[in-house]
Parts: sequence; C-alpha cells; structure tokens
Amino acid sequence: MTTQTHTITRSSNAARVAAVIGALVLIVLIAAPWWAGRADMRLMGELFLYLALASLWNLLAGYAGLVSVGQQAFVGFGGYMLFALTIFGGLHPLAAIALAGMLGALISVPVAVLIFRLRGAYFAIGTWVIAEVFRLGFAQISALGGGSGSSLPVAIVKSLADKRAMRESLSYWLALGAAILVITAVYLFLRSRKGLALTAIRDNELAASSLGIDIWRTKFIVYVVTSALTAMIGALIFLQKLRISPDAAFNVNDWTAFVIFIVVIGGIGTIEGPIIGALVFFALRETLADLGTIYLMVLGLVAIVMMLKAPKGIWGLIRSRFDLQIFPLGYRVIASEGPTSPETEKEA
Amino acid sequence: MEWLNAVVQGTLLGGLYALFAAGLSLIFGIMRLVNIAHGDLIVLGAYLGLVVTTSTGLHPLLALAFVVPAMALIGYALQRGLLNQTLGDDLLPPLLVTFGLSVILQNGLLEVFTADPQKISAGALETASISAGGLSLGILPVLTFAIAIAVIWGLQWTFYHTALGRAFRAVSDNQDIAQLMGLNRRHIFGLAMALALGVTAIAGVLLGIRTSFDPSIGSGRLIFGFEAVIIGGLGNLWGTLVGGVILGVAQTIGAKFDPGWQILAGHVAFLVILAIRPNGLFPRVSA
Amino acid sequence: MPDPILKMQGLNAHYGDFQALYGVDMDVAQGEILAIIGANGAGKTTLMRSITGLLSNAPGQITYENEDISRLRADEIAARGLAMVPEGRQLFPSLSVRENLIIGGQIGRKGPWDLNAVYKLFPILEERKDQQSTSLSGGQQQMVAIGRALMANPDLILFDEISLGLAPIIIKDIYEALPNIIGEGMSAVIVEQDITKALSVSSRVYCLQEGRVSLEGGSDTVSREDISRAYFGIE
Repeated sequence: MTTQTHTITRSSNAARVAAVIGALVLIVLIAAPWWAGRADMRLMGELFLYLALASLWNLLAGYAGLVSVGQQAFVGFGGYMLFALTIFGGLHPLAAIALAGMLGALISVPVAVLIFRLRGAYFAIGTWVIAEVFRLGFAQISALGGGSGSSLPVAIVKSLADKRAMRESLSYWLALGAAILVITAVYLFLRSRKGLALTAIRDNELAASSLGIDIWRTKFIVYVVTSALTAMIGALIFLQKLRISPDAAFNVNDWTAFVIFIVVIGGIGTIEGPIIGALVFFALRETLADLGTIYLMVLGLVAIVMMLKAPKGIWGLIRSRFDLQIFPLGYRVIASEGPTSPETEKEA
Repeated sequence: MEWLNAVVQGTLLGGLYALFAAGLSLIFGIMRLVNIAHGDLIVLGAYLGLVVTTSTGLHPLLALAFVVPAMALIGYALQRGLLNQTLGDDLLPPLLVTFGLSVILQNGLLEVFTADPQKISAGALETASISAGGLSLGILPVLTFAIAIAVIWGLQWTFYHTALGRAFRAVSDNQDIAQLMGLNRRHIFGLAMALALGVTAIAGVLLGIRTSFDPSIGSGRLIFGFEAVIIGGLGNLWGTLVGGVILGVAQTIGAKFDPGWQILAGHVAFLVILAIRPNGLFPRVSA
Repeated sequence: MPDPILKMQGLNAHYGDFQALYGVDMDVAQGEILAIIGANGAGKTTLMRSITGLLSNAPGQITYENEDISRLRADEIAARGLAMVPEGRQLFPSLSVRENLIIGGQIGRKGPWDLNAVYKLFPILEERKDQQSTSLSGGQQQMVAIGRALMANPDLILFDEISLGLAPIIIKDIYEALPNIIGEGMSAVIVEQDITKALSVSSRVYCLQEGRVSLEGGSDTVSREDISRAYFGIE
C-alpha cells in the first residue's frame, strides 16, 4: 500500500480556469459601451437583470425549497417604489433603488409570516395571491396612475446623467453590477454556515432539524433577503422601462414564468444553471419571439421536457459528463498519491 | 336590503367558486398534486362549451353531455401521459410541469380563439330571475349554486360509497400497499384526474354562461379555487363550498364599497383567515 | 417433484446506489410453508418488496407459477394470486375494517375466502367491521391485515414480520391459527426475526445475512449452531 496524503480543498482546477476566464469576460463586458451598439447594450442589460432574477429565484426554490410563483410581487413593488420615491420623495434614482430594496425587505416580513403557513405547492399559489394583492392594491393608488400607470418624469431621468449615451451606459453598468452583486451574494451566502444549513435542509429537512438547524428561521432569512434584492432589481428594470403600470409591474409571465424557465433549463440548485439558462433563454427569444404565442408554447414544452428528462438542466448534463464545478460549494478530498492523482469529489 | 342582496349574491357566486375548487381539492386529496394549470383547464372547459354550443346549436347545459366526457378523457390522458411521471417525493416536478402546461394551454387557446372575449349564449337562462322576499335572484346563479351542492354531494358519495372511492382513499393512504391489492395507482390517478376535469368542465361552462372569458383569465380562477380550498380546510369538500361562499360574499361586499375592490376584498378575506386559522375553517388532513 | 411455485435465481436488488441483495437463489415448493430468517438489515424486507413488485427487478430473476414476473408491476403480480401481509400491518386508515377486507378481495379471484369466512376466522372483526381500522388494537389490526391478504384467495401468501410489535400472547394465538389459514394447497413464506416461531410452523428455512443466503435446510434438521453462524456471521 502506498501512503496517501489527503488534502481537503474547495477549489477545483475548473474553478481556477473559470476565474481567469471570468475576469477577462468581465473586463470585456464592462467595456461594452465602447464596443457594443445601443441595441446590443439594451439586450445585454436586460439579460443581466433576468440573470439576477433567476439567481434569486434559484436560491429560493433550488436551495431553500421555497417554490414561489409570486416573485413578480417584489419586482413590481420595487418598480413602484422607484417611481414613488423619486416623484414624491424627491430622491435620486440610485438612492431610491437602494431604499426600494430596504422597503422590499420590510414588506416581505409580514408576507413571509403569513404565507409560510402554507406548505409546498400551496405555498407557491399563496405567493401568487400576494402578488395579486400587490397588483390590485397599486392599481388603487391614483397618485401613481391607478390602473393605467404612469411615466417617470424627464427631470428625474436626466438627474441620472445629462447625455443620453451616458445614461444608457450607466443603465447598462447598473444591470451588470446587479447581476454580479446577486451572483456573488448567492455564492458567498451558500458557502457560509447559513448556506450550508440551507443545503442540509434541502437534502433532508428532518435530519437537518434534528441537527438543531432552525429551518423556519433560515428559510425566513432567505425569503427576506431575496425579496429585498428582487425589489432592487425591479426598481432597476423600471428605471430602464421609464413607464410602469400594475399589469406590467406584476406580470406573472415576465417576472416569474420566464425566470423559472431560465432556472429549469440551466439547472436548478446550481449557481451556474441560471447563467446558462439566461443565455439559452435570450438566444431562443431573439430567434423565436416573432412567433408570438407559438414561442411561448415552445418555452412551456421545453421546460416540461427538461423537467422530466433532465431535471438538473443543461448544467446538470454537462456536470455529469465532465465533473465540472465552476462555483465550488462543496469540499473535495484530494488524495495525492502520484503526480497525476484522480480527484474524488465529495459534496459537503 | 342592499347589503342583504350583496350577501345573497355573494353566496350564490360562492357556488361557482366551489366548483372551481372541487377538482383542485379532489386531486390534491388523492395524489397530493397541486395543479397550477387548473385555472386554464377551467377556461378550456368554457371554450369547449362554446365550440359545442355554436357548432350544434345545443343549449349549453345540454352541451355538458359532450364537454364533461371530453374533459374527463383529456384528464385521464393528461394524467397517464404526463402528470404520473412527475409524482414522487420531490415537490418541484409536478409544480413546474403543471406551470409549463398552464403556459402552453393559455397560449394554445390564444392561438386558436384569439384574445377576443367570448361568451356562451344560454338564451333566457342568462337573464331570468325570480324574486323572493324583496330580492331578485338570477336563475343562473341559483342553478349554479344548486349544481355545486349536487356535485359536491356526488363527489362525497363516490368517495365514501363506491369501489372507485374506496380505491381513491386506499391509494391516497398508502400507494404501495394499494398496489398490493391489485390497484394500479397510475390508472386510479388517471380516473381521479378524469373525475376532477369532469367537474372542471361543469365549472367552465357555467363560468362561460355567466361572464365573458378570454384565454388569460385562467390564473385568476385558479387563485379563487385555491382560496376556497384553503379557507374551507384541506381535504374537506363541504368546507370548500363554505370557503367559496365566504370568498364570494367578501367580493360582493367589497364591490359595494368600490367596484375596484371586488377581487382585492376576496384576497384580503383569504389572508385574514390564513392569519387566524392557518388550517382553514374545517381542516381534515394536514398538507 | 413438481415445479416450485416461486423461484428466485441470482436476484439482485438495489436502492439507488445501495445494493441490498446479492445473487439470492431461493425456491418455494407448492403447498409448503417456508421460513426466512435473518437479522435486521439482512435484506428480508427488500426480498419481499422484490417478490411483490414494489421494487423493480432485472428480467429472469423471479419466476412465479412458471412465469417470469420480474418485470411486472405490483398490481399485476397481486392479480396472479400472490398476496402479502406487510410488515407493520399497514392498514388503510381512511377505510373501515370491512372496507379494508373488501379491498383485499377486489381482484376477484375465486376461492374459499370471502367476508364471511374471514369473520368466521376472526369473529371480533365482524363486531368491529364499521370502525376505523386504526382504532383497533395491534392484534386486531394484524387480523385485519391477514384477512385482507386472504380475501384475495392467493396461491402464495407472504407474511412479513407478523409478530413485530405484538404482545407474546397474541403472537401465540396468531401462530396457532396459521395452520388453519394456510391450507388447501396454499403456499406461504414467513419472514421472521423470532427464529423459534418461524421454525415451529415451517418445513424449510432460509437464512439471509447481509443480502446473501447464508443457510438453507429443513426446519427440523438445521442445528442451532448452524443458525447462529448463518444469522450473525460468526466464523
């Protein structure tokens, strides 16, 4: 027998390579205003915001087991807060976005207390009811345009930057920054003690509770944090759109169905999944969107087939073939026996 | 008198909501499946009713003789062909597959029937009313309520007094052991979905006679049905009827204050009951 | 010698990545009572789940009445007259005592067992027929579980740990009733942790240890030492 020395590491070769490539890609993306056209930048900005929403939904559903179909509640809430805080509060849009996040956290507390009483799939529909209450509620506020909505005044838009090109660049960078912020936050959270507890809960709720993990509290924290970030993304979305109405702000298709599609296609319960899913979704949308309803039916069909045939999504397929992990969450035991030792992976 | 009228109209409206909810409640009780596409299936029932009445000239209530079996058949095929594959310990597959189904159904209906609002014409039944104690009661709402009671009674009777109901309960209790009794759970689940969509067909046709509909209204009906189920308490069909009535009354009273508050008042009533009685008013099984 | 009613050849069983049975060879003769003993986790319950079709098997591993049943669903196997009294009784809580029995006979096979015959065997069940099955005592519940399996008029009946969790006096009653129950050409497999009880009613015995057959022999010829060795794996 040869003596083996074991090292335990979280890092992987793929992760190191990916980090280098990621840094390069990031630099190219940050420089987009100098090389990309206006329409491309708009599209990429939108992609980043969807990526952020998808990562957040993935944290909720894929890790915390809180399958929500009502995230549009917080997207719309954030959007409306942006309008209310800038129009009536006189806040700078960036300050309004930050405050919208805080208000999102605040409102999610009573919401969570209520709907956490519902289990599983009933929780899902409960979140939908909340989103409907928000939609109907905001439709009653005549100062914000009631059912027909309102536009962001030009002065507020200009407060962001005088020149249109600068505004567009800023808007793009905000979207990119939001996506990076969310993915980093999710990644760091999942690596933390709380995050590991979450993974334990997902894998076995009974065992986790017997280990003394307070399931309700952990899920509650995830829900509140996710709501806050979703509200901020919502504010950003409507800062780009410049117009808001209850039907657009609380749209289940736009802010939940597409987001779920992205996560399911990419791979639920992985950090990489939403990134891949967002790329696939936008590729499909750009090629098929002219087909209208047929396009939406195709999306539904693809999601169903994916869920049944490859429940871990595209990333799951890639991973099962190549043992890749770009965002290493688990620990690996590496037995260094010779110069080329095989790596065995063990999820923590 | 106006308030009494609102309560009575709301109660009758609750019958329709109970019909929305009964199918949902039934399949949850038997296979723990929550069907997100349920609302769109109600709308599908309404469109089938429209197609049958316009193509044959039949009265919509007679058209039910075609729509109910058609929907039951769709239900059986859907369960055996698709939904059975999603059942298991994991919550996500059934939820996401029925969500995808909902998107497909809604857009499929949009493709075939366009977004134009439609209505099933039922002749004199739409406007006929009787007056009782100073109130004017529409025949259609009264009939809907009576049908709701009959349907729920029928479902209860099936559940507790027939071999099929016995099989439903056995499979719901313990799928493995039920298989050992020679019951094929996939077939039993198919029959349960057939029964649920049969009821859904009735709900859809009555909805189509009562109001105009378009492909997008499914999610709203799902939510009403869901609220009725939770208010009444999971697994209790008579409770579901009460839940539907509470929801209906909350909506008509809300509408008396301000027409914009009608739906909102129903949701608020639901949330209040969720806050004070999380298991509903008459719970039977825990979810 | 007639063909065995049930025959397993090289039976493997898995729960996901975990293998619970390794190449089990076993046969049950027509009309015999066979005992299967083994410690906790030896694979007895897995074996029952494989035979009844609750676990899926590779083709060719299980033959019942000269027919390969390895790939059949549990309900299809049940319809061929193979019934089980499951471990822990597992009655249907939302069915009454009478309904639990009726559902056992739902397959509609002809034979001596019907409601009246079961009531005659266990008169207490007739008194309690409209009660919820879970309101009965453990022993009475076991009677319902046995009656439920008999209602199918099976050719082969599997008893999985029928003495588990019951008072000794009730176990004694049930084992005394067994010969009356298993008669008229019916074959039976009794899975037990209580070795003495298992040997007393059976003609042959198999012992399982860590998913493999560790002993096979006549119930009155195997020695205590053989059994201890086969049971605990002490060399």
